[in-house]
Parts: sequence; structure tokens; C-alpha cells
Amino acid sequence: MQITNLTALEVGAEIRAGKRSVREAVLAALDAIGATDGQINAFITVQNREALLARADEVQAQINSGILASPLAGVPIGIKDNICTKGLRTTAASKMLANFVPPYSATVVERLEQAGMIVIGKLNLDEFAMGTTSESSFFGPVKNPWDLSRVPGGSSGGSAAAVAAGEVYATLGTDTGGSIRLPASYCGVVGFKPTYGAVSRYGAIACASSMDQVGPLTKDVADAAAMMDVLKGKDSRDALSLDLPDTSYLTALSGDIRGKRIALLNESFGASVDADVQARMRAAAETFRGLGAEVTEIDFPLFDYVMPTYAVLANAEASSNLARYDGMRYGHRAEGARNIEEVYRLSRGEGFGPGVVRRILLGTYVLSAGQYDSYYKKALQVKALIAQQLDAIFAEYDAILCPCASATAPQIGETLDPQKRFLADVFLAAANLAGLPALAFPAGFDAAGMPIGAQIIGRRLTDAEVLNFGFAFQSVTDCHKRTPGEGAGV
Amino acid sequence: MKNWDIVIGLEIHVELSTKTKIFCGCSTAFGAPSNTNCCPGCTAMPGTLPVFNEKVLEYAVKAGLGLGCEIQRYNQFDRKNYFYPDLPTAYQNSQFFFPICKNGRVDITLPSGEAHSVRIHQIHMEADAGKLIHSPAGDCTYLDDNRGSMPLIEIVSHPDMSSAEEVLAYLAHVKSTLEYLDVSDCQMQEGSLRVDVNLSVKPAGSTTLGTRTEMKNLNSFRAIQRAIAFESERHIDALESGGELVQETRRWDDNKGESFAMRSKENAQDYRYFPDPDIPPILVSEEFIQRCRDSQPEFQAEKAARFVADFGLNPKDAATITADRKIAALFEETAALAQSPKEVSTWLLGDMMYHMGDRGLESSALTINPAAFAAFANAITGGEINRTAGKQVFEYVFDGGDDVPAYIKAHGLGQINDDGAIKAAVDKVLASNEKAVEEYRAGKEKSFGFLVGQVMRELQGKGNPGQINAVLKQSLEA
Repeated sequence: MQITNLTALEVGAEIRAGKRSVREAVLAALDAIGATDGQINAFITVQNREALLARADEVQAQINSGILASPLAGVPIGIKDNICTKGLRTTAASKMLANFVPPYSATVVERLEQAGMIVIGKLNLDEFAMGTTSESSFFGPVKNPWDLSRVPGGSSGGSAAAVAAGEVYATLGTDTGGSIRLPASYCGVVGFKPTYGAVSRYGAIACASSMDQVGPLTKDVADAAAMMDVLKGKDSRDALSLDLPDTSYLTALSGDIRGKRIALLNESFGASVDADVQARMRAAAETFRGLGAEVTEIDFPLFDYVMPTYAVLANAEASSNLARYDGMRYGHRAEGARNIEEVYRLSRGEGFGPGVVRRILLGTYVLSAGQYDSYYKKALQVKALIAQQLDAIFAEYDAILCPCASATAPQIGETLDPQKRFLADVFLAAANLAGLPALAFPAGFDAAGMPIGAQIIGRRLTDAEVLNFGFAFQSVTDCHKRTPGEGAGV
Repeated sequence: MKNWDIVIGLEIHVELSTKTKIFCGCSTAFGAPSNTNCCPGCTAMPGTLPVFNEKVLEYAVKAGLGLGCEIQRYNQFDRKNYFYPDLPTAYQNSQFFFPICKNGRVDITLPSGEAHSVRIHQIHMEADAGKLIHSPAGDCTYLDDNRGSMPLIEIVSHPDMSSAEEVLAYLAHVKSTLEYLDVSDCQMQEGSLRVDVNLSVKPAGSTTLGTRTEMKNLNSFRAIQRAIAFESERHIDALESGGELVQETRRWDDNKGESFAMRSKENAQDYRYFPDPDIPPILVSEEFIQRCRDSQPEFQAEKAARFVADFGLNPKDAATITADRKIAALFEETAALAQSPKEVSTWLLGDMMYHMGDRGLESSALTINPAAFAAFANAITGGEINRTAGKQVFEYVFDGGDDVPAYIKAHGLGQINDDGAIKAAVDKVLASNEKAVEEYRAGKEKSFGFLVGQVMRELQGKGNPGQINAVLKQSLEA
């Protein structure tokens, strides 16, 4: 068995048992990247080999001396390139930050490194995490390992593709409106968006602050839970991070969901949803029933308001968050500007791609005098209604089940209409609006052999329970074990 | 009879004296080398986040209570979006929708003794911007982020003032209140207290306000006074000559003594205010407000009244002494140890103020030891030194000297109270100033003063003035 076919926890266990060295794990990851990344373009930056081996030896020594107790110590991982890594270029896949080297690490990176995980490199994404296909990167599009002619989804496309292709064992992504779950679904891996505030945002380059969350992408749910054990909890540097009980999500995975009530959204069977996706959702519902859960089909009347509301709020916040990229202190600065105004206009015009510019313009518009009340303020009101409606559902049910996307991954270049691309998140963004934990997990394949992802959304702060639904599912299914090598991919 | 009413409101920006900045742990110390009091947070590096400094809330609440405001329980920070090189985030965190304080009122006494009230519209918390320093050659601009993210409150008054006199009295009251609360050092030169003057002019008695201009860059009370005089005259001239006034922001140039247009309302920016999603709402509890209320000090007016009652000061002196919290404290400590509080106030208001002005010292830079000051005052009261020698001894005390008797002795400044020595000096002066003596006897009173001065000179300034007077008078009339 190739080491790269193991899960993160399995590799961690082998390392702790002395069956593999950290060095071997790191070299295997580097080899895998060397062999496949030229085709899928998941990485923007790979760490220097010598530095990695030195780090591997350091971690090995700490494992040997018993200092590192984490089950993930020594495991090679990748970090989405909108999450800051001290001394390692962090670009947000934008020309604007193409040469930005942060003098600090994100809290999540510090925590993973303290647990002994090894950051192999930085993963490709849609520019500034704005997109659903990972085609808008300044460093070129990411390809789907299952079919190189298809997109991996976005914005965490590199994070999903790297796990699917077996380049690293786990990755970090960020999810503002579905950016972890959509690529997880398209690439047949697990992606988890935690409750808003469960994981620190410090050092993650802001897209829309009120919805941004960092989360793991992994081969299975147990790995995601193990990653969450390292990531979660209060951070004094993020005022919105939450004090959480110090209990392990991994240990809480029982696979027992007997008597749990699941609400299956009727929208899963809407006209725009592919027949294969619908079929896999019915099958997933059956699987959950088989595990002893009660599954009931319900309506989510505000479903159609999710995307407009999300769009207004996300663009508004992003327009303000991205204003700091002004060519003054760091980042791209245009040559030839004759005055301050031109420094701004030229630097931003040259540094941002068209998708980012469009969102900044839309966001600026909805906050402008005369528009604020009819767009931004209205969107906040609708957001409150959506959260209320979800609360009402959770008063009766323990979880919501729906697909991650209406269809499997589209062809590269297929969805050039920005509006259509945007609507890829229609099943995903509600969890962001309401700050809810949501899990994407493989639920089968379509006729072309492309992965289909299901989604479980839970009550606020029931992250462990949400993960347990996925864990139960994976304990009786094996679609998550299939890899692109066995299918149509590389 | 005057034809025009001047209407003035103030926006006062006050830098709070918390140890750290409003959203990060950087020091707020003034005068550090450029760009050393800043971090990834206050320079808006990607991914960094603001964490609100609770001390800022405490200081703002205290200021609000001190200025008679209602404290608002729900608070949030809003982003004021605009591009400028001194603003790294490209938005200023301010309180647009829910300011911390509303509906304040301060009662002031004008120099004429007349009472006047100024209503405060609101006080809000916000973050300061960095500082741009333009090179003298004009070829580049430097940026110092030390000031960026310093905590500010902005105190917005109603347009309740109609003269520079009222403005300065209001400003002095606000400054004193904040200093007494120890929430700001209010140094106008260092920019920790900055005033924008909103001024308009209307026909006397009219209820319709005229076109308003806002003046910035006013660095001293004197500049404010001059700027109000200039700007109100400019308005009146324009109105009387049928000229047009535009609503605009103007910059006061204190060297030229003129204001210049900076930007007009037509070019006003759309700041796109919205609640900052990185900062959770701040809820102020009743207990917190009560704690702030309980910790309030005795303010200037109460202290001045007490100084009149306890130390027998006249109200004017008491007002002057209490205008500065540190000077008031120095007086109180010294007076408690002195035989004559009046003697202390005389020297404090005279020689001490002179030396401070002469050396350009703020009260915070004073090194006077109250015990030494009291020993000095008692030496005067007890006749151990006279006022002339006192000036030298006081300067020693002003410089931080703490052994007054030793200083007097070492410098031979003890007062000569010996009748014999004084008589000898008087005789000598009378013998060598026959002309003056004749003039005095012919009725020229002035000559007496001249002779006193000569005797004092003979005694090297140490003679007891009362005795000199008596002995001289006796000798002249003998």
C-alpha cells in the first residue's frame, strides 16, 4: 500500500508506532506533489525541501521523546494560500499579494504546527477566495484530479484537489459561502465548515468577516474531527472566536445516530438538481434510515433568498476588507503613478482580477448612500429571517440533509457566466448566513464517475454531532475510499 | 448695535491616555521613533483582526459622565470607508450608528462671571489615523504609523457658543474635566487634543442658521481665538458685500493668520458606514457605569470652592490654581504644610507661573517638592527671608531643591532683622544721598521709595522691608 493512500490518522499512528518516519511521510508527500501537481496545479508554493526535512527531524525527535501527543503529529498537510504562514509567501492567489511574505502565522497554522503537523506548502484557490471553480487564480486554474478537464470547485480548489490526489493527507480551507464544501463535493473528499467562531480567523485573509471560517478538508470524517481538535477554541486575537469545552470531537465520534431526526430538504429534488445527485440524496437518506435515524422531507421556504442575501452581505464586507490593498505598505504597487489617486487606481486595477473587481464594485454599491437601506440593511433583515427559519427547523430536527451542489464538477471554462458560477453555492451559503456547522462528505458518483457530495448542517455549536452523522455514514459506506487513480483521473 | 450673530459648535478630538492602542497591544507613548509603536494589526496586514481594548470604554464612559452625558448601553463600531495613505485599513473604526454618550451638558462660567451652558450632542469612540510628514523639499511624504489606532473620543457640541470667549471657556472646562479624570493628557501641541471649529453667521436675532464652515488644524487656545475672529469676519464681509459662502472644510494657517479652503461639501465623500463585522457589539452594564461614576474625582469647580472655603483663597485665584489638576494637587499638598496658604498661592501664581512660562514647562514637568515649597513659604511668613531673597530661594525650590534652610544658610540669604545693622545702613544711605533726602523733605514722596531701595541694596537685598521702612521714616523725620 502506498503511504499516500492512508488517512491522516493512519499515517499519524504509523509514525507514532515507529513504522514510518516523519521524514518518509514528508518525502512521500513531496514525491506525490512532484508526480501530480504539474497536472492539477493544487500548490502555489511548496516549502523548501531542506527546510521541510529539518522540520521533519525536529518533529520526529519530539515524537520520540514523547513531547508531541497529537495523533496527527508528523503528518504532512497543506494550507490554503489565503491563510498566513510566517516567512512563507501567502498570495491569496492574487497578483496583488504575489510577493507577500507575512511576518506572522495564522492562529490555525500555529496550532497545527504546535501539534507537530508539517506544512508542506500553500494551496491554490480562487483569487481572494472569491469564486466557485478555482479558475480565477493569478497562478492558473486548479484541475480536478478525477477529470483534468473539470474544475475542482472553489474557492478552496487546491485544498480539495491536493487531498483527492493524495499529495498531502489533510488541508485547510476557508468557507465564506461554501468554499470548503463545494470543492470537497466536486473532488470526493470530506470538508467541514465549523460553527462561526469555533475556529480563529486570525491570519486568514478576510473575504467576508461575518461568515469566513477556516476548516479542514480530509479523506474521511475521523480525520476532519482530529483536525478540528487541534484547530478549535478561543483565540484572544479573534474577538469573535468562541470559548469551547475542551472535549475531543474525535473521541465523540460514536457512529450512533439512532433516534436522530434528519430534515431532508425538498429543494434537493428541485428541477435544477441533476438526476444523479437526486438519486444519491435518496440513497443517502436511506443509509441514514438504515443507521436508525428518522428522515423527513421538509420545505425551506426562504431557500430562494439565500443567495441574494449572501451576495449583498459578502460583497459589502469584501469591498471594505479588500480596501487595504492600496499599494501603500505592501502588495502590488503600480509603476508610473503621478499622484496618490493614481497609486490607488492603477495598483488596484492591475493587482485585482476581474472577479474581485466585480465584487468590490457590487459591494461598494450596496453600501453607498441611498442604496444602504434597500440592499445592505434589507439583507441583514433577511439574514435574520433565514436564521429564524433554520432555528425553527432545528427546533424539530437534529440536522438538515441536502446536496452540496446541484451537479458534479463542471468543465473548465464551462461556467463563464459569473451569475451561474455564483449559484453553485445555493445549498451551501445558508450555513454561513446563520453561522452553522456544516459537513460535506462523499455520497457516491454520477454516471461519468464524478463524485457527488452530501451535506449535513447542524445547530450552532453541535459540530461534534454534525461530524458524527458523517462518521456514521462512512462506517457503512465506502465511496469515500475511492480515489481518482481508480476512476477517470490521474 | 451689532448686526450679526456668530454661531459656533466644536468637535473636540481627544486622544485617550490608555497604555495600549484601541485594537492592538502597541504602546501609545508619545515621542517614540517613527514606526516603532506599530504591529501587523495596526498597519492592517492581511488577515489581522482588531481586538477592542476595554480600557478605552472605561475612559470614554468616565469622560461622558464628567461631561453630563447619558451613557448608551449598546455600542458597536462602524467602518468609515475612505482611502488615504495614513489609514492602513482604508476604513476608520468609529461609532456612527450608536455613540457611547449622548445628550450631555456642561455649565461654564465666563470671565465676566456670567453663567453659560453648552449642550453636548454626542461623544463617540474611534481610532486615530497615522501621521503623514511631508518632506521640507516637497518631494516626498513620510508615514508614521505610531499614531495609527490610538484611541480617540470625539466630543461633538451643539452650536451653543457665540464668541471666542465662550468657546475658550467651554474648551477649558472640557480639558480640565478630562485632565481631572486622568483619561487624557490633553496636550494640544502634541496633538492629543484637537479642535475643529464649526462656525456660521446669521442676522442678529434670526433663527435660521447661516452657511457653516469647519476649521481644522487649531493647535492652541490662541489659534482658536484668532481663527474665530478671522473666520467670523470673513463670513460677515461676505454677507455684507453680497458674496457667497460655501459649506466647506478649511484649514487654519496660524503663521499667516488665515483660513484656507480644503474641501467643499460637493466633494464630500460617501463613507459607506456599516457595522464592523470583526468587532462584536459592546454592551455596557449598569454596574460598569456605576463603578465609573463612583470613581469620579472632585472636579475643578468643586475643588475651587473648597479652596476658597478651606484656604481662604479668593475665587479668582482658586479658579486659576484649579484649572490644572496637577497644579491644584501641588497647591493642596503644599498649603496643608504651610502656615499661610495665601503665601503659597502668591508664590505659585507669581514666580512659579513665571518660571513655567519662561521655560515653556507644562505642569506635568514640574519637579517641585511640596514639603520644600511649604518650608520656603514658612520662611517667608516667619520673616527668615524677605521677598527679594525669596525669589532666589523659590527658584531653588522650583528646580526640585528640598533643603530650604540649608540653601538659605549656604547662600547667606537670611533676612537681616537687626535694628542696629539696619540703622547703620540707613545712616550711610542718608549721608550719601543728600539730594534725595532734600527732595523728600520738600514733599516728593517718590524719593522715599528710592531711599528704601538704596538701603535694601546696602543690605544686599536681605533687609527686613518693614523694619527698613520704619527706621528710614524715623531717621528722616528726626
